[in-house]
Amino acid sequence: MTAPTAATAASQIQERFGVNPASDAGGLAVPLPAERWPEFARFAKDSLGCRYFNWLTAVDWKEQGIEVLARLDNLDGGLAVTMRTRLQPGVTRCPTLTSVFRGAGWMERECFDMFGVVFEGHPDLRRILLDQDWEGHPLRKDYAVDTPQAPYR
Amino acid sequence: MEVKPPVPQVPSPVWSEFKDLQEWEKYHQERPTNDRTSEALTSIADAIHHMPGGWIVTTSTDKIFNWARKSSIWPVTFGLACCAIEMMATFASRFDVERFGMVPWASPRHSDLMIVSGTVTIKMAPMLKRIYDQMPDPKWVVSMGSCANSGGPFRHGYHVVKGVDRVVPVDVYVPGCPPTPDSLMYGLLRLQEQVAHFIQTGERPTATGPA
Repeated sequence: MTAPTAATAASQIQERFGVNPASDAGGLAVPLPAERWPEFARFAKDSLGCRYFNWLTAVDWKEQGIEVLARLDNLDGGLAVTMRTRLQPGVTRCPTLTSVFRGAGWMERECFDMFGVVFEGHPDLRRILLDQDWEGHPLRKDYAVDTPQAPYR
Repeated sequence: MEVKPPVPQVPSPVWSEFKDLQEWEKYHQERPTNDRTSEALTSIADAIHHMPGGWIVTTSTDKIFNWARKSSIWPVTFGLACCAIEMMATFASRFDVERFGMVPWASPRHSDLMIVSGTVTIKMAPMLKRIYDQMPDPKWVVSMGSCANSGGPFRHGYHVVKGVDRVVPVDVYVPGCPPTPDSLMYGLLRLQEQVAHFIQTGERPTATGPA
């Protein structure tokens, strides 16, 4: 399967989702509303051939809400798509990608662990790196890093 | 003659009985702190010490014991981070701490010294404490590198213990990031000096006490 060029992919995305993908380093950055998040992943996997789920992370923009990002790669032709969605301020719920990519499960658990983004529909959304009884989400900007916590700090 | 079955003093530790770390810790808390053997030894030593002229015997046996202790300090191989690379270099043939009687040993049950070499995370701290608890007394701890001393560059991270002395008592702090093998060897030699002054009652030298 040959990969579509970035321009072709951009026009397909424009046609189907009505958003204008910006080109970032080596690929396309697609801003999406949260409700079309898994739909776009399915589209990118099936139509654009982006079958490699590279990473998923988030950025805390303080009062402007949390932005969730995921990068999908087409390893055959070097096409990379970064999907990004900005959650509303105070909203931590985002649809899961595990129905499209099974490998997204642990990434979403890590994102939940660090940012507190609740991925709806995730089969097993627990903390993956920190202890199960940890309080707070440490990569949030409002997390007080030096808060003394029992027993070792 | 009637033969009585022995009364179990301590519940038998079978690994399959422990469900998790909490149960293991609970077992250790329920265990008596001092066994009868060392109590008997202590009372014999006290009796000799209170005899006229007996202190000559006890102090000279102290010297022998301490000489033996300091001449064969076995560190448990416990590498946490990049400091462990320098620790391995110290154990290897170029620096060769084996000439001080220090044999890196892969079991805490036979070891006297734990070199905490690297960053201690909050998730790692219970395991470190567990390894320390598994070592037989007398035991010593060398905190190696900035991370183990104080948290180092990760001090303000959310997940780092700000100094291993919040988990286990530390005898020698070796600064550096990471300390060179020479620094670690200097720290180990200072530890040998401390062990040479270790007295039989188990008192350790502190910053204000006798060295």
